[in-house]
Amino acid sequence: MSPATSSTVTLTVNGEKHTVAVDHRTTLLDALRERLGLTGTKKGCDQGQCGACTVLADGRRTVSCLQLAVAAEGQEVTTIEGVADGDRLHPVQQAFLDLDGYQCGYCTPGQICSAVAVIEEHAAGWPSAATGDVRPDAGAPELTAEEIGERMSGNLCRCGAYASIVQAVAAAARTPGTEAEEATA
Amino acid sequence: MTATAEGKSAVGTARVRLEGLDKVTGAAEYAGEVDFDGLAYGHLVLSTIARGRIRAVDTDPVLTMPGVIDVWHHGNAPRLNTDFSNMLGPVDPLLALFQNDRVPHAGWPVALVVAETSEQAREAADALAVDYEPEPHDTAFRGDRPDAYTPAGQEDRSKGDIEAGLAASAVVVDAEYTTPEEYHNSMEPHAAVARWEGGRLEVVDSNQGTLLVAGDIAQLFSLDPASVRIRAEHVGGAFGNKGTRPHLVAAVMAATALQRPVRVVLTRRQMFSLVGYRPPTAQRVRLGADPDGRLRALDHQACNQTSTTNEYTELSALPARTLYDADAHRTAHRLLRLDVPTPTFMRAPGEAPGSFALESALDELAEKCGVDPIELRLRNEPEAGPLSGLPFSSRNLRACLEEGAHRFGWDDRDPRPGVRREGRWLLGTGTAAATFPSGAVPSTAAVTAEADGSFTVGVNASDVGTGARTAMALVAAEALDTDPENVRIRIADSDLGPAMIAGGSMGTRSWAWAVSAAARELRERLVPGAEVPPEGLTARSDTGAAIGALSAKERYSFAAQFAEVAVDPASGEVRVRRMLGAFATGRIVNPLTARSQFLGGMVWGLSMALHEEAARDRASGAVVGGDLAGYHIAANADVPPMEAFWVDDPDPDDPVGIKGIGEIGIVGAAAAIANAVWHATGVRHRHLPIRPDRVLAGGREAPGA
Amino acid sequence: MKEFDYRRADGVPGALALHGAAPEARFLGGGTNLVDLMKTGIERPSLLVDVRALPLDGIEATADGGLRIGATATNSDTAAHPEVRRRYPALSQALLAGASGQLRNMATVGGNLLQRTRCGYFSDATGPCNKRVPGSGCPAIEGEHRNHAILGASEHCAATHPSDMAVALAAFDAVVAYETAEGPGETPLADLYPPVGDTPHVETALPAGALITSVTLPPAPVAAASRYRKVRERASFAFAIGSVAAALEVRDGTVQDVRLAFGAVAHRPWRAQTAEEALAGGPATAEAFAAAADAELAAAEPLPDNGYKVPLMRDLVVSVLTELAEEADA
Repeated sequence: MSPATSSTVTLTVNGEKHTVAVDHRTTLLDALRERLGLTGTKKGCDQGQCGACTVLADGRRTVSCLQLAVAAEGQEVTTIEGVADGDRLHPVQQAFLDLDGYQCGYCTPGQICSAVAVIEEHAAGWPSAATGDVRPDAGAPELTAEEIGERMSGNLCRCGAYASIVQAVAAAARTPGTEAEEATA
Repeated sequence: MTATAEGKSAVGTARVRLEGLDKVTGAAEYAGEVDFDGLAYGHLVLSTIARGRIRAVDTDPVLTMPGVIDVWHHGNAPRLNTDFSNMLGPVDPLLALFQNDRVPHAGWPVALVVAETSEQAREAADALAVDYEPEPHDTAFRGDRPDAYTPAGQEDRSKGDIEAGLAASAVVVDAEYTTPEEYHNSMEPHAAVARWEGGRLEVVDSNQGTLLVAGDIAQLFSLDPASVRIRAEHVGGAFGNKGTRPHLVAAVMAATALQRPVRVVLTRRQMFSLVGYRPPTAQRVRLGADPDGRLRALDHQACNQTSTTNEYTELSALPARTLYDADAHRTAHRLLRLDVPTPTFMRAPGEAPGSFALESALDELAEKCGVDPIELRLRNEPEAGPLSGLPFSSRNLRACLEEGAHRFGWDDRDPRPGVRREGRWLLGTGTAAATFPSGAVPSTAAVTAEADGSFTVGVNASDVGTGARTAMALVAAEALDTDPENVRIRIADSDLGPAMIAGGSMGTRSWAWAVSAAARELRERLVPGAEVPPEGLTARSDTGAAIGALSAKERYSFAAQFAEVAVDPASGEVRVRRMLGAFATGRIVNPLTARSQFLGGMVWGLSMALHEEAARDRASGAVVGGDLAGYHIAANADVPPMEAFWVDDPDPDDPVGIKGIGEIGIVGAAAAIANAVWHATGVRHRHLPIRPDRVLAGGREAPGA
Repeated sequence: MKEFDYRRADGVPGALALHGAAPEARFLGGGTNLVDLMKTGIERPSLLVDVRALPLDGIEATADGGLRIGATATNSDTAAHPEVRRRYPALSQALLAGASGQLRNMATVGGNLLQRTRCGYFSDATGPCNKRVPGSGCPAIEGEHRNHAILGASEHCAATHPSDMAVALAAFDAVVAYETAEGPGETPLADLYPPVGDTPHVETALPAGALITSVTLPPAPVAAASRYRKVRERASFAFAIGSVAAALEVRDGTVQDVRLAFGAVAHRPWRAQTAEEALAGGPATAEAFAAAADAELAAAEPLPDNGYKVPLMRDLVVSVLTELAEEADA
């Protein structure tokens, strides 16, 4: 086999399949932004140090800047554009909107994708570094402000909206998905 | 005057951001996301030496790399006009891309590679061989260097005899404080896309003021200003570092030469040498007081580094000119020229580092006098401007201190340091006063009554996360006596005409003044029963004359900061447990977004107190670890529950009552935290950030720790 | 980033064959470190062999009562696994203290062991570094080294190993299993990272082309009462400036069994054997903990700006062991 530096891959994003030829160097982040026109996923550091590029891959939050597009074939990728249910905002989106969990908005898509996963990770009983006793007998931790703060720490926000982000995640975690309110705009 | 009597009082009601839905769904398009047909990608190459000259740039190997279109450097770049000034002063020599072979600091732009894809451009830029002739460099900042000088236009301000005042004082504080190099690190890296279209240069950029930037570009490239259009619809954070920056000059240079659209985006690492930073400061504060804490002498001397190419003064001693009076009063600034990038405005420039020093010194004075820190500040409230003698437009610091102390639970505070323990944590509380100038800059706006009964506001504001659109909708709605939903807002387009940039805590006030003036005039022209023509009816405003007619007063916002910290003396960890900010900052336009801005500023103060610091390597002259893992900003887990509230404080001379809120949230916050660390441990931390190793070093000498 | 070929491995033998056939091949796991280093030009592979999909992600009990963790198990799955949390809670805590939720979802156990140092000079491809360019010099020793090694460093390199997970694994005598084209092999984690000496660029003792397949923890009842404590310059999402993995079994005030390992102080997770030996069979008191820590740290050779790590580690040992002793009492 002769070395190849690009491949044709089929990426599944927000339920849609996209077949694209990608330079092997292309990250999933750049493929989303530059090739698929899905610019909602942001590039803040391109080094896995800020979380702005967070997406859900097979339901788990990942940083798309450190994921090569060619290696993402076969994954079900969900981006900020696919979080809502049609025109109905996801409860996390609604809570960020209502509680002003952002300012400049650049880290926001990553925060929201991360928060969606945080609520699911917590529901699955995953402990965090804020969990006092990680042993299974200790029971699942409550989703306190401290737990949310720790779990959301992979998403930096330079505007400093953290207090409202914690409130938004807590509010969304209490909201059954079906009760998400209609988008107001 | 605040609003029309029959107005809907839209100003002061909490409103979700107009662009909020776009931001939470990913639909908001930022500059680096604008796609033009035939887009090419540029990547800057930065110097790897800190001083010297470029001997040669070997472009041939790179030009043969896949996808590479061209390379610009000092040997082939078009000549730029670099002899002009803008509202911020002489043009930054950093914008004179590739005009000569000199390298004045590490990370100086030396070439631009343009290719068909971003991957190709970056790889080619990394591969470009640049041969340097290095020269010895000097990047060692210290406050006591004999080559520090007084910058022109920043001469010392003083009254009375400082030395005599100190000698006559029963209690004296004489301490040195330092703050390190700090970087804005807006989450969105600088990005621009430029193209020529129909004889005009069309640019989408991430900046704080499109007309300022358009003017710079017109000057640099000797273009008719009318032929340059710059837009900045969404800006992913700025904090002072998004003026005209080299990425944009590079994009315009390549787009002009290639006659095709070019996008240039900075990497996070490039943001550590190309877009400015807060310079390190060394400050000495001397306070002399009577036993009851009343000041007799106040001396604040501040020194910061600047570059060899440009002069930037961090006006750290400014807060002392507003907050406290004394018979002997001196404030002074010094600069040190080093082989480093030029610093720039960063959120609360001057006030942020200056208030750390001054308000820490006040706390030291409170300790020495045995006076409560709140009471000490109340005893030193001046009646008029300490140096000017002018009246304050309004000064509600007393209300901030008293109401803040009440809400924070300060009254029960035991002043002794190092006596509260909870497990491995020592607990303490601290406070600080804060001030920031309130100003307005002449601006224009246009308000149009549309035939369908709605209104359109055009004002060249820039929304860097402040909620400018929403604020303008509220201001216009109130002046027009209509619902905010009935108002469309157009901002961030140089074609909209002159308006203040988003900076200096003056954006919202300046824009609101112009918008309310145009709206009021329009309302007067909309006589009842009058038909609005199909093209609409437009009123325009220019606030130059009204602002110029303002009487001379001391115009400032004020605040009080409160913090509770926990310190583990065994590990050196400091955790902020809660913060409260009390603000007297004019009329609040949108409580929802204003709260976010105040809290955001307080988070900056926390981050400055505990985390932020760029380490500059003496040998290389460059920042080590110039990324978001090496340069820490506060993460979510660092930030405790925090609250902000405001007292009634409308500016009597502003048509909307606004003073400006963008920066005061950070002022004093670091000092409040440092003072709380002292209260917890008995150790003064005069050097930021308060890192674990510093706590460990101090903790071993502490009486109470 | 240099152009490269990419192949998804089909089974372990296939992965080894692909890797062996290319001159500058690298195995790609989660990519959280490798892809970043490729962007900055520090890693320039000609071929990536993607091993993420190999069936090596199981976590299962061993016949002797230990635990085997597959090399491609993610950091998240490992941290959340009930048997890890029940039998080796410090390992779960160490994993949870590392990186961010997103990175833990991507990063694999094998990749975590092989991640490179975060020394700021190593990370800047434009300057000297003995790890990146042997013989080019170590600017950290004269420069910024506040977070560098106090144990086991040499005049050629004072970089630390950044893993939290490996510190807990070191405390519990983990054994690393690997495959090569010549067959399987294994090495105690303690021997995975060779001494720095004058070869700081030689970072592991694995044979060339080896693929880590699993990490096995031998049975250790003491580990059920274990803890990982990490100190860093912000509360989360930051590398350690000092950390301790500890396990303690106390009977009648006497130390029956103790495990102790340090992080962020050396080029490898630092098993504190001297301290363990000092404690074994002795009293479980704060004084004894401090004396044991002092015995371990007697070998420390701090640089001008990282001497704080000596008292930091001493206090961490005392603090964590005291907590464990009190909980054993209760």
